[in-house]
Amino acid sequence: MDIKDIMFSQAAIKEIEEIRAKYPTARAALLPALYVAQREFGWLSPEAYEAVSEILGVPKAIARGVGTFYAMYKNRPMGRNVVQLCTNVSCMILGAERLVDFLKNKYGLEPGGTTPDNRFSLVIMECIGACGTAPAMLINDDFYENLTEKYIDEILEKYR
Amino acid sequence: MEKVLLKNIENPNSADIAEYMSVGGYQSLGKALGRNPKDIIDEVKKAGLRGRGGAGFPVAMKWTFASGDPKTPKYLLCNADEGEPGTFKDRPILEKNPHMLIEGMAISGYALGAEYGYIYLRGEYPAAKHILEKAIKQAYDKGFLGDNILSKGVKFHLAVHQGAGAYICGEETALIESLEGDKGQPRIKPPFPVNVGVFAKPTVVNNVETLANLPYLIEIGGETYSKIGSPDCPGPKIYCVSGHVEKPGVYELPMGTNLKDIIYTHCGGIKGGKKLKAVIPGGISTPVLPPDKIDCQMDFVNMPKHGSMLGSGAVIVMDESVCLVKVCYRALKFFEHESCGKCTPCREGTGWLRSILGRIEAGQGQEGDVDLLLSVAGNMIGKTFCPLGDGAASVVQNFIKHFRPEFEEHIRAKACMAQG
Repeated sequence: MDIKDIMFSQAAIKEIEEIRAKYPTARAALLPALYVAQREFGWLSPEAYEAVSEILGVPKAIARGVGTFYAMYKNRPMGRNVVQLCTNVSCMILGAERLVDFLKNKYGLEPGGTTPDNRFSLVIMECIGACGTAPAMLINDDFYENLTEKYIDEILEKYR
Repeated sequence: MEKVLLKNIENPNSADIAEYMSVGGYQSLGKALGRNPKDIIDEVKKAGLRGRGGAGFPVAMKWTFASGDPKTPKYLLCNADEGEPGTFKDRPILEKNPHMLIEGMAISGYALGAEYGYIYLRGEYPAAKHILEKAIKQAYDKGFLGDNILSKGVKFHLAVHQGAGAYICGEETALIESLEGDKGQPRIKPPFPVNVGVFAKPTVVNNVETLANLPYLIEIGGETYSKIGSPDCPGPKIYCVSGHVEKPGVYELPMGTNLKDIIYTHCGGIKGGKKLKAVIPGGISTPVLPPDKIDCQMDFVNMPKHGSMLGSGAVIVMDESVCLVKVCYRALKFFEHESCGKCTPCREGTGWLRSILGRIEAGQGQEGDVDLLLSVAGNMIGKTFCPLGDGAASVVQNFIKHFRPEFEEHIRAKACMAQG
């Protein structure tokens, strides 16, 4: 694919310029710009890294090195809704593993996998800071806490 | 004790500036700006405020170092990368009381001479990002942030920088690397951030809870503040309790509250009347304690005397149904995942520990595995670049120290003996 096949929208360019203005260096805008790119293009494809690299004047290798270091950047295509289930200790001792099995058995959703209809991807998270209301998950940007199998059924229904 | 940090959080509009101002918000900033910056640092010193991120470093000392460095501009970074498993104490401040943090940062910025601030917010808190950005805009509009704060000629600019899921960025030099647009890999010290921090300028990194203490500290004065809780490390403290208690959640109590009281009085005891098996008192990297060792004051000075650490005040309570081999394995899986890969003892050590624990957990443990774990851990302690590797090794050492028979039984029986 030619790099020119993907381009930031005018709105995204403006957003990145505004982000850039918050920092004394262009490089510091890299993490937020990668977020914008993944929102714009769905995931951080090699072409998306090119686009970020070009707009900030940061070397491609740096952009990609940073984008693959952090867990929350999508380095492969993902479903429309990303289920991010915590299984760290506080969630684990309150049944998070049972919920992993439930998602697998009922929804065919494997850790790291995506449903065939592209509706959901499942990412196993480290602590998401909802330990007092464990087990917990995020779907996209929304927190869901005190999870049970029944509650998960209700929640997933809301995401198409 | 009257709530300070979690004040007004039941109010659904607590994050709004009008609501915050109606309960006295931003008055301390006005008061602080009427005084000499050095006076503010002295006040914080008198208060005995220590950093709430885990290390408990005296705040005034950090500020003095940065303030005394001639390089400009200086930076104030708020560490909102709350990632220590079990910790959820900063989230209510970020989501419900953002203006208390912003006011605290404006006061701190003035005291140490920082003109720019960033809140390094973990990626896993997307809601907090929107709340903070809205609150920052409100604070600019009211003249509490900007080039001429309260028309006093004081400059302080503030922005949110969102992390992207890396535990290591809670370590201050990794946080700085990440803010500069790099992988979150710690830097060698010295130079310390107070001299050469973000963008090579003097930088103070303080935790959310630490900074949120400032408005109250200035309101009541250092002398009065120093009388709250433990004399060695005074002030209010948010303890966050998870796991097998009747009422998990966040509890704002005087620093130094007894761990046993937190579990049995404030949290209503062990869930379902079951028997207590173990407590991790300060987040997953702090040493685990058996039930007979939890009669201790939860503060920076006393916890080490009882063989653990206050850490972030994140209490994880485990009842008799929990398999501690499994908990230890899960913890090491976490550390292996989060090791930044920069130094060998941590990168390799966390993987080996996880692997050995994994085979014990799977019923394939071999005789001598417990000693092998201790040997690997011993080769990591004190040899890693930053505290992540030490934390990982110390988790293994302390689980074995207190619960060795359970590990050995797991190996012998090739199965789990816990009742879970």
